[in-house]
Amino acid sequence: MCISWCAAGGKETMTWTLVLVLSAIAYACKVSGLVIIGGRDLPEVVDRCLNLIPAALVSALVVNSTIGVGDGIVVDARAVGVVAAVLVAAKRAPLVVVIVAGAAVTAVVRAFGFAP
Amino acid sequence: MSAIDATEGSDDRSLAASCAVLGAAVGVFGITFGVGSVAAGGSVAMTCVMSLLVFTGASQFSAVSVVASGGSTAAALAGASLLAARNGVYGLAMSRTLRGSLLKRILAAQITIDESTAMSTAQEEPQAARVAFWWTGLSVYVFWNAGTLIGALAGNAIDPEKFGLDAAFPAGFVAMVMPHLRHRSGRRAAGIGALVCAVTIPFTPAGVPILCASVGVLLGVKKP
Repeated sequence: MCISWCAAGGKETMTWTLVLVLSAIAYACKVSGLVIIGGRDLPEVVDRCLNLIPAALVSALVVNSTIGVGDGIVVDARAVGVVAAVLVAAKRAPLVVVIVAGAAVTAVVRAFGFAP
Repeated sequence: MSAIDATEGSDDRSLAASCAVLGAAVGVFGITFGVGSVAAGGSVAMTCVMSLLVFTGASQFSAVSVVASGGSTAAALAGASLLAARNGVYGLAMSRTLRGSLLKRILAAQITIDESTAMSTAQEEPQAARVAFWWTGLSVYVFWNAGTLIGALAGNAIDPEKFGLDAAFPAGFVAMVMPHLRHRSGRRAAGIGALVCAVTIPFTPAGVPILCASVGVLLGVKKP
């Protein structure tokens, strides 16, 4: 079993290892809550921390996928699109509308050559 | 995700219909995933198997976006696993509603996700909660996987950047984080996560900033 070292060297890409190991981990998480632990309560402090995982990680994913390029930071057309997405999402627009707004604004900014 | 509209006091049939509509909306997100996964170097088969087996949108997007930004498989797995961990919490929440045979619960586990849990916990009657869970979970499963296939096939045929699809990921994450910003602790955790990520990007390998951002959850140690 190789997780980190098998793809060392060249440019990283999607691997079957990633797909299958993540499948196992994801199902283990789901089944442990519903079937194995099921019914028993977790300590309140653990519960509170787990509840904050989406907020902390997903906001980091917003930043990472907006300005991240490898190990560096680049502000390009994506940033304009994401600002548009934030404005639309703040109006409680459905998921699909937020995604389309972000992509469309990015495409337009790029097409008119305002930013790469 | 933000497209959740809890229908109170409606009968089972209209409840099931609104669950199915939610699933269809998620299907569009599945198309985005398919396109992004292929753009990150995944094959169509890899992309579809990931949606069929992993079946947790945020984890899948996280894994693919870490790989797309040059991160290692280990970094992609670590961030995606942290996001998958919350399904365990959903399972705990749903275990009171979903009683029944072991086989049924083993199947239910695969569709214990954001949408099915949110839809189910929004119902007052136990029967409605079960209907909402199964209808939402199964319709999201069908539409998410159909969307992934369409996106993966289309992703091979189009230039994602021309249509701004590289911004579809962060835009989707924006929509997904919004419901968590309604509470003060969620806003603070999100702020810390975003800040830590931005600061650590230049100094750490791709994918690691996402893990560093998880320090934001330690806010939960203190009582609100």
